[in-house]
Formats: sequence, structure tokens, C-alpha cells
Amino acid sequence: MMNDFSTASKVSERRLQLEKRSQFLQRLRAFFYQRQVLEVDTPMLSQGATPDVHLRSLSSWLQVPGERERQEYFWHTSPEYPMKRLLCEGSGDIFYLGKVFRDGDLSPRHQIEFTMLEWYRVGFSLQELIDEVMELLNQLLPELREVQQLSYRQAFAEFAGVEDIFHASAEQCRACLQRHKVPEIVGVDENDKTLWEQLILTEVIEPQLGQGVITVLKDFPARDAALALIDPQNPEVAERFEVFVDAMELANGYHELADAGLYRQRFEESLAQRAQLGLPQVPLDQKLLQTLTEKPLPDCCGVALGVDRLLMLQQGERQIEAVIPFGVRQA
Amino acid sequence: MATVSTNEFKNGLKFLMDGQPCTIVDNTIVQPGKGQAFNRVKYRNLMTGRVLEKTFKSGEKVEAADVMDTELQYLYTDGEFWHFMDAESFEQYQAPESAVADVAKWLIEQDMCVVTLFNGQPISVIPPKQVTLEVIETDPGLKGDTAGTGGKPATLTTGAVVQVPLFVQIGEKVIVNTEKGEYVSRAK
Repeated sequence: MMNDFSTASKVSERRLQLEKRSQFLQRLRAFFYQRQVLEVDTPMLSQGATPDVHLRSLSSWLQVPGERERQEYFWHTSPEYPMKRLLCEGSGDIFYLGKVFRDGDLSPRHQIEFTMLEWYRVGFSLQELIDEVMELLNQLLPELREVQQLSYRQAFAEFAGVEDIFHASAEQCRACLQRHKVPEIVGVDENDKTLWEQLILTEVIEPQLGQGVITVLKDFPARDAALALIDPQNPEVAERFEVFVDAMELANGYHELADAGLYRQRFEESLAQRAQLGLPQVPLDQKLLQTLTEKPLPDCCGVALGVDRLLMLQQGERQIEAVIPFGVRQA
Repeated sequence: MATVSTNEFKNGLKFLMDGQPCTIVDNTIVQPGKGQAFNRVKYRNLMTGRVLEKTFKSGEKVEAADVMDTELQYLYTDGEFWHFMDAESFEQYQAPESAVADVAKWLIEQDMCVVTLFNGQPISVIPPKQVTLEVIETDPGLKGDTAGTGGKPATLTTGAVVQVPLFVQIGEKVIVNTEKGEYVSRAK
């Protein structure tokens, strides 16, 4: 996979790879410009970090003139917080296409530094946003694909044979993994139902999602709401969806939480979980919390999409390094 | 005993699983969007050669294995053990049959081999890529026959049997690829 321009045939191959990426980015932008969605390039460095337990922010120490001590700023793991501040201020529909950073994430489909497309639609229902994501994907994937929508609960029933995952026990989850011949798992407490459930999702269900179709997984459990609204009709589930193509998670969208108090509450819960797990505490984005209090977020839906992954799918590549100029080890 | 965290997992890393030395052949981090990370690991048990799979919660630790590859000279076999020597320190090692089972037929006295030591004991041996051995038994070839068609089995001094071209005669020396167990050419 090491690429260079050293021989004549490689020159054209390498150049072609760059051209494909360039055209791809151009088409993504065109999709939004056509729909009057405004491009915003929000700051990548912020005084606040995401408290999300499963994300590790990178940070840098900045010399800000007027400040005696260097200030710690965090590289964004997604442009969500500043984009929401813009929405609060009345920006209207906006998108971001650019780099985000997540420490430690490196695999055939992950890079520590990767390209994300995130957009927000004011006044859209979650279904309207899902439809827009499908339109975008079907414009870019090499073949038109049918859309398969199913709830989290249905996915467990259909693809893992667990009828009611919301009320299944840890033992039932472990039995399911065994039934599907998942290799032994080391380090999970036998009663940790949430984690056994997650393993069914990643080891049993996900490999079956998006095979020849685009799968939209909806109605995640409320505990996985992150910053999505809880369904007013069903408090067990969150208004959140994920999109899978060829078993690869591509996008993650929410009907966005608006209540400033709930933001603070969910952030504090994450910080408490961090403390419990012995993870470092991080400063919350106070500017976001303040803005949400002063100028409430308009009713909107937002989604983040892995750009490198979509390009992999479009090009039929299986390694993220095949679609980016340099991987982290070559950077 | 030293431990290794999943953060340090990479191909070739040696660790202990159920008391047996293993080496990682594939390590993939599974990082769901919102969830705990895991390492999907394929590893080879160095004692049995079997490749197995396990998934480790990220942050888990395994015991490091005292395994190292070293170049040793093959001396002789007494039928029970195969004896090797470090050419610099003159330290000698005895490899049991299990360590040489697949390669004993390629071991030639004085040859340098890569020997994997676990806690100082040989557990596997890699012979030189090519060895030169004498043919001690084969059907007589036809005069004028040239290389290409078919070939015939030939037994070599170590007991190894390889396919050789028809023109190869008893008493000739041949070069053999030990990885594939294939005839390469006649030795000058």
C-alpha cells in the first residue's frame, strides 16, 4: 500500500488516486451547494473537549498572547459543538467537510486523523434527514441500492435471533454469541449486559448489515442517545440512526437535543462515567452550554458521515489507506 | 512476569495464553462509534502451530512471553534430541522431536538454523532456505532425457524424498528448497 511516484506506471496510478478523491470531495460539496446548505469551517481547536467516554481527544498547548501560561486546546472529534452554536445563532442549514481527530483509532477503516462530513437541517424530521442521506449515498455509490430501514430491536431479532434485546439478560446475550460461533471474548464481566449486547451488535449483526442494500438502523436504546432526543412516544428509544453499507458503519444521525439543561446533564453523566472508569476528566464546552441557554437550538436534525469510508465503498477498496494521500504511519 | 496491554498489540508480538507462547498474526481494533473498543486478534500458538482467534476488551493485559529467535548451528541428533550450538558462546541447546518434527529431514550438520527459544528451550527450528543433499536412491534415468516432463522421486541422505528430473542419478548432489520441499537444481 506504500505509494509513491517513483515509476512511470505508478505516477499515473497515484495521480489517478488523488484525482478520484478530489472529484469525490467536489461532488459532496456540490450536493450541498445545490441545496443552499451553507459550508462552514468551524475551528478544529477548542477550549472544551467531548466528554464522550469512548472518544479520546488530542490536545495542544497554545501560546495565546496576553496569557502568561500556555492554554490547553483540544482538537475536535467532530465539528458538532461549534456547528450547534452557529445553529443557535440562526445560521440555518450548514455543513462541514474537513478533518477531525480521534486518538488511538487505527485499523483498516480508521485513521486517527480522518475526513468527516457533518450537516444540520433546520426543521427536518429524522426521516427527512434519513431520506437526504440516502439520496446522497445513492448519488455516490457505484450502484443504486435499495434502502432497508429497521429498528435496533428488529435487527437483533432478525440477524441475531434475540427477540427482545431491550429485556434480554446478559446470559441470553452470551448464549447468542456462542450460537453464532463468535470467538472467545476476554475481559468482559459476565453480567455486563450492555457490553455483551454491544458485542452482538458488532460481532454478529453488523457484518450482515448493508449487504447489497443500504441499511438504516433506527431507534437505538435511550442509554445510547448521546445528544439525540428521546422519542416522545417511546421513552425506551432515542431518535438516532446509523447507516451501514457492506457491513461498514458510514453515518450517525440525531434528531438533536435542544434543552440546555439536558446537555449539561448528559455531559455530567459522561464525566461521572469517566471518573468511574479511571479515564481523565476533560473540560466541558462551556461556550456551547452558554449559547444553548441564551439562544436555544432550533428544532433540527444532524448527521456525521465518514468521508474516507464512503470513498472506499465507491472505489471498492478495503483499506482506508488506499483512498487517502498518506496514512498516519506515513505522515 | 511482564505484561502487555492491548494498546501494544501488533503483528509478531509474543505473549502467553494458557501458559503457551503465541504470536499475533493479525490485530484489528474494533471501535464502534459509541461504544467500548475491542481488539480482534488472530494468533498462532508457537507450540502447536495452530491459529486461534480471541477478542480482547481494550485495555486488557496478557503476559509477555520470553520468546526469541536466534541463529544456532545444528550439530547432530542422538535420536531423542537434536543438538544445536550458539557459534559465539558455544552454549548448547537440545531440541525435542516436537520442535523439529517438520524440518528434521532438512537438518544438515554444521548448517545455521533459526531456532525459536521459549524460556531458553528450543520450540521450533527453521532450516536454511536451501540445502544441498546427496541422492542415495532413485530409479535410473534414461540417457538423453532432459528436464521438464514428470520427474521421479529421489531419496536424499537425510531421508527426505523429493521429485527430481529424470536425468538426476544416484550419488549426485541436488539443491532443495526447504520451504516448499522442492528440487531447485543440481549442485555443482
